[in-house]
Amino acid sequence: MSTATSAATSNATSAASSNATAAASSNATAASASSDAQTSTARHRVWKLGADIDTDLLAPGYVMKHGIDVIATHCLESVRPEFASTVQRGDVLVAGPNFGIGSSREQAAGALVTLGVAAVIAPSYGGLFFRNAFNLGLMLLTCPDVDVLEEGEAIALHVPATEGQVIPEILAADGRTLRCAPIPSFLVDMAQAGGLLNQLARRYGKELTHG
Amino acid sequence: MPLTSSAGQTLAQKLIARAAGTDRVVPGDIVTCRVDLAMFHDSSGPRRLKPMLEQLGAHIWDPQRVVLVMDHYVPERDDDSRRIVRIAREWAAEQALPNVYDSMGICHVVVPQHGHIRPGMMCVGGDSHSPTGGAFGAYMFGVGSTEMLGAVVTGEIWLRVPETIQMHWSGHLAAGVTAKDMMLHMLARFGMNGGDYQAVEFCGPAVTALSMEERMTLSNMSAELGSQVGLIAPDAVTAEWLAAHGAPGVDTGPWFTDADARVTRHDFDASTLPPMVAAPHSPANSHPVDTHRGTAIQVAYIGACTGAKREDMQAAASVLRGRKVASGVRLIVAPASLRDQEAAQASGDLQILRDAGAELYPTSCGACAGYGSPMGDGDVVISTTARNFKGRMGSATAQVYLASPYTVAASALRGSVTDPREVLA
Repeated sequence: MSTATSAATSNATSAASSNATAAASSNATAASASSDAQTSTARHRVWKLGADIDTDLLAPGYVMKHGIDVIATHCLESVRPEFASTVQRGDVLVAGPNFGIGSSREQAAGALVTLGVAAVIAPSYGGLFFRNAFNLGLMLLTCPDVDVLEEGEAIALHVPATEGQVIPEILAADGRTLRCAPIPSFLVDMAQAGGLLNQLARRYGKELTHG
Repeated sequence: MPLTSSAGQTLAQKLIARAAGTDRVVPGDIVTCRVDLAMFHDSSGPRRLKPMLEQLGAHIWDPQRVVLVMDHYVPERDDDSRRIVRIAREWAAEQALPNVYDSMGICHVVVPQHGHIRPGMMCVGGDSHSPTGGAFGAYMFGVGSTEMLGAVVTGEIWLRVPETIQMHWSGHLAAGVTAKDMMLHMLARFGMNGGDYQAVEFCGPAVTALSMEERMTLSNMSAELGSQVGLIAPDAVTAEWLAAHGAPGVDTGPWFTDADARVTRHDFDASTLPPMVAAPHSPANSHPVDTHRGTAIQVAYIGACTGAKREDMQAAASVLRGRKVASGVRLIVAPASLRDQEAAQASGDLQILRDAGAELYPTSCGACAGYGSPMGDGDVVISTTARNFKGRMGSATAQVYLASPYTVAASALRGSVTDPREVLA
């Protein structure tokens, strides 16, 4: 049985384990999410969204010819017009089922990374978006109990460093702990490294200067 | 119930096992697969891959296994489009890519029409409708640009072996009812994420009876079902079609789901299926055409990889032969590929559509991908495309209904949503 050791997880990746110091230089998002793995003290403000948030809402077709910085300013504008201009680095999205259904355009995840969103929490995701998010360094937490989280509340995330499967937890403002579905540890490593490009760069011995 | 080592394998498992270089795989396993073909287009491809490859100092693992299609930003309408397409053209020349299809149609149609996708292959595409390749018995799925970068640098991709959801269709489709109606019906039943990123397999007599183009429509829109792939076991129809499109002598033999493989099966009867219409703003918001009968429309659009192949235009022409569209209705036809356009020209179908009042648009993704914002504020549109998300085809206030080419043509004729069986009778 071959396991995912090459395309997705290079030797350099496993060396990174989930100590995210290497990621901090390149990706503030990953750094903020992953520092929780160490401390669980960082708090993240919740933006509450509905179900079926599709890729065209996250990255509208009419701005797709532009770069990610421009696309990000239009992120979610038709459902939350104030989102892109008022979201703060470290905020999290909490959404209903089927977040990110639709297109393979990775700018849907890239826009959230650019805006500094630390993680998305939803009961289910579009499959393409799920892969894209981790490839771009965005942590997705799969949690059936999002209803208990409120708009604007401050939550903490705990992403333990375990081999094989990682079971993240969400600490709600009222003290409740929500368990998330397991994530393969190589995907957590990818998100905490700031995405696949950073992992490949380590493999190729390159210093990347992108955001 | 645990899987025993003697349990049968699904088509999806067999395809993945081959690509992973192993005898068998089990749903839930995470495996690394060798990539037989990587397809991407001007929007998701060179403009995003080139800078990343340069940053890494890395190269394409095997240019023979790469296919590039310019379909999203052609024909170039503004400086941004010109820039994006120029990057693609220059990079194709620089890399000496052997398989480039520039302004010849939509990738999901052009690439199979040139024999690139064959039974047994493991393929990735830089577009969400890449599951179209499943119609040929290939494991083909969509990925984003960064994941595509990983695939073209390493020649490999990871995947989690999926469960298989079989959509078994018995009976026969009535005249004027198509694969598009089958798909809209399944979307109504399971929703936009009902496929749960598993492998959907279409099977049964009504599927076997479909032409290759109609099978492509099913597999294409498995993207809307949220499955990773939309597979159809290849057979003589597949082999004959491929032989006529530059890929003779394919072996379809091994590529089927064993009778004792574990699947979740859903049954449908094609004989009772009416024409279906998806109301705004989701393909899953689908109902029998009667539900929306009489809704006035201003634009009828026959386009996209899922709705403007040769047979789609033939279907529309059979409705509009010798007739004119209703006054005040714009009928737009954007053929899926140049080959389809030439075939429709040769058969006379294109002339029938023109005589009925159709405007011919270039073969590209165009309005379906919302490029060029073609649909105006408040327009009510009935379209053969795959998605009617809010704002996808232009204005966020446009109301887009999805339907088969028969239904779109009949609606153009009457100026309101119409059951094509009334017109065909």
